[in-house]
Amino acid sequence: MKLTFPHMGSIYIPISALFRHLGIEVIVPPPSSQRTLSLGSKYSPEFACLPLKVNVGNYIEAMEQGADTIVMAGGVGPCRFGFYGEVEREILKDLGYDFEMIIIDPPQGRIRPVLKQLGRLVGPARVRDVIYALRLCWEKIAAIDQVEKLAVKVRPLEAIKKQTTKAVNEILSKIDGAETIEATRSALREGLAILRSLPKAEGPPPLKVGLVGEIYVLLEPFANLNVETRLGELGCEVERSIYLGDWIKRHVIGDIFRLRRHNRIEDLAKPYLGHFVGGHGLETVAHTVDYARRGFDGVIQVLPLTCMPEIVAESILPRVSRDLNIPVLTLVFDEHSSDVGVITRLEAFVDLMRQRRGNMGELRECVATLV
Amino acid sequence: MRGYLGIDVGSVSTNIIVMDESDNVIHSIYLRTQGQPIKMIQQGLSEVAALYPDMKVLGVGTTGSGRVLASVVVGADCVKNEITAHAVASAREIPDVQTVIEIGGQDSKIIILRHGVVVDFAMNTVCAAGTGSFLDHQATRLGIPIEEFGGLALKANVPVRIAGRCAVFAESDMIHKQQTGHRIEDIIAGLCEALVRNYLNNVGKGKEILPPVVFQGGVAANAGMTRAFEKALGFPVIVPKHHAVMGAIGAAILAKEEVARNPRPTRFRGFEVKDNEYAVSTFECKGCPNRCEVINLSLQGDTLARWGDRCGRWSSQLP
Repeated sequence: MKLTFPHMGSIYIPISALFRHLGIEVIVPPPSSQRTLSLGSKYSPEFACLPLKVNVGNYIEAMEQGADTIVMAGGVGPCRFGFYGEVEREILKDLGYDFEMIIIDPPQGRIRPVLKQLGRLVGPARVRDVIYALRLCWEKIAAIDQVEKLAVKVRPLEAIKKQTTKAVNEILSKIDGAETIEATRSALREGLAILRSLPKAEGPPPLKVGLVGEIYVLLEPFANLNVETRLGELGCEVERSIYLGDWIKRHVIGDIFRLRRHNRIEDLAKPYLGHFVGGHGLETVAHTVDYARRGFDGVIQVLPLTCMPEIVAESILPRVSRDLNIPVLTLVFDEHSSDVGVITRLEAFVDLMRQRRGNMGELRECVATLV
Repeated sequence: MRGYLGIDVGSVSTNIIVMDESDNVIHSIYLRTQGQPIKMIQQGLSEVAALYPDMKVLGVGTTGSGRVLASVVVGADCVKNEITAHAVASAREIPDVQTVIEIGGQDSKIIILRHGVVVDFAMNTVCAAGTGSFLDHQATRLGIPIEEFGGLALKANVPVRIAGRCAVFAESDMIHKQQTGHRIEDIIAGLCEALVRNYLNNVGKGKEILPPVVFQGGVAANAGMTRAFEKALGFPVIVPKHHAVMGAIGAAILAKEEVARNPRPTRFRGFEVKDNEYAVSTFECKGCPNRCEVINLSLQGDTLARWGDRCGRWSSQLP
């Protein structure tokens, strides 16, 4: 068995570690590129959203390298994603590929079917090995999140352009190469030290921008045309509403053990949207409210074209923006998106936030003289 | 004479303006880009040099989708996106402006200002229905010079309803209305109304459009469009004198501000730029799987600038 899976940001690092330690040969698809997208768009329905097209491209490129088994997540709810594994299998079958597809549905409190699917993968591995593999996988997820969270704070201050991104790529490849929990931890320690020691430039304090939206486009820099990096290079500290570790804690672990924890974040959306609309629509509205209350300079929503949950959120965000006095920019991505258009909008949005901050600075000075 | 240059390189037009030290636009040039931005910039600069042989340039600003290329070619002090440039120019012209409607050759945008500060903006995304290129095409098809197109719309009795969501379907709908015998004036007025409807529903959606509204960009020359906007919005729409070159004006103003903030000699390469031999080439970087398309701009064999690489491997080799 030569196993592969679709890309989503850095998720290939923990996932490939997990399967490698279960004794399975893993073929990581080549990083998503224009070729991936061209292949995917060619064979996918036109009105499917960007994630499906990139997935299909990933599979084809992995199978060119000999992969014969695909692991894909399933899903429930109004978002089409739940059906993507099935559609992708049919597309690849029609193309004549010989492979097996394992679709892992969310447990929704029933762990047995999940274990059954996983059991096909685990095979003869011993329980001790399975536990170690899971622990290593988790360790890597946590390490990546920490690196990415520090990188967004360092990037707007970097003295040499693009050095943060370069360092992050090197650190991530070390974390990817670490074969034990210990090695992962030391790669993380070294990485964080490197990021902290990068030379800083003098300048105005960075703007704070919240990034919200659909999980795939949010986590995959290829899909969002590197919006997080670009904002950083324009002098913004970016906080993403979804990091892999937090998301897994809530949705996978929470789901398995049926932890219906009361969630504060979703309550924030109440005045605007009171119920689940699929995907991350509700969270998008909630996090925008949260960022506004925490005094962020702006919020950027990213979504793939035709994403229903995010369109619901998009239509609500102008009201949130007006009520809470926070600028919101929506960026929609599909296979036709171009760098030039995105850069222009991001630059203009950064100008807008700077101007606002300038005025608010004056306002604060006025208040100070009054007092 | 001493002054500033503003250069706006768009997909359809390349505009250059000369601004004196008191912010007066003393000359403006509107050229068709025709896919050759460098040539058009050079042509525009030689016109400026011929008209003002003793001009001392204090600062240069570039904007538009070709702003980075233009900034390297001429040596700019300030490179700014067209949204900010248009807002700056508009606020200078009408200080209390609250809404800017800008329709150019390929782009249309809306900018919302409050108390002189941009608070919101939007730009058309994948569709160019209702922009200058489409109107141009229709004028050509009907055999009417584009300059007279708007004037004809004003002579309409009852504008015909045209489906304006998509340029291609708007054209077939117009042909259908022609064949049922409607007056050409009524059809053109109907088209203007359809394009305004399309703009307000797509670009202006969700935005609070308050007066004073400034209408600028090449399409603002079309009186029929202005009339249609006024009809739809219910209040007057201001078309500034230099409506077609507002981006370039904004770029010049921003360059002046930049030079005032950091006093230093301008980076302008001088009017010799018009005679330089620039060459652009591209290659695919094979350093990593991103396979970035790297663009290389050179002057007489020396590399001036590179862009397009995500990691900075090529662009960072240059000062």
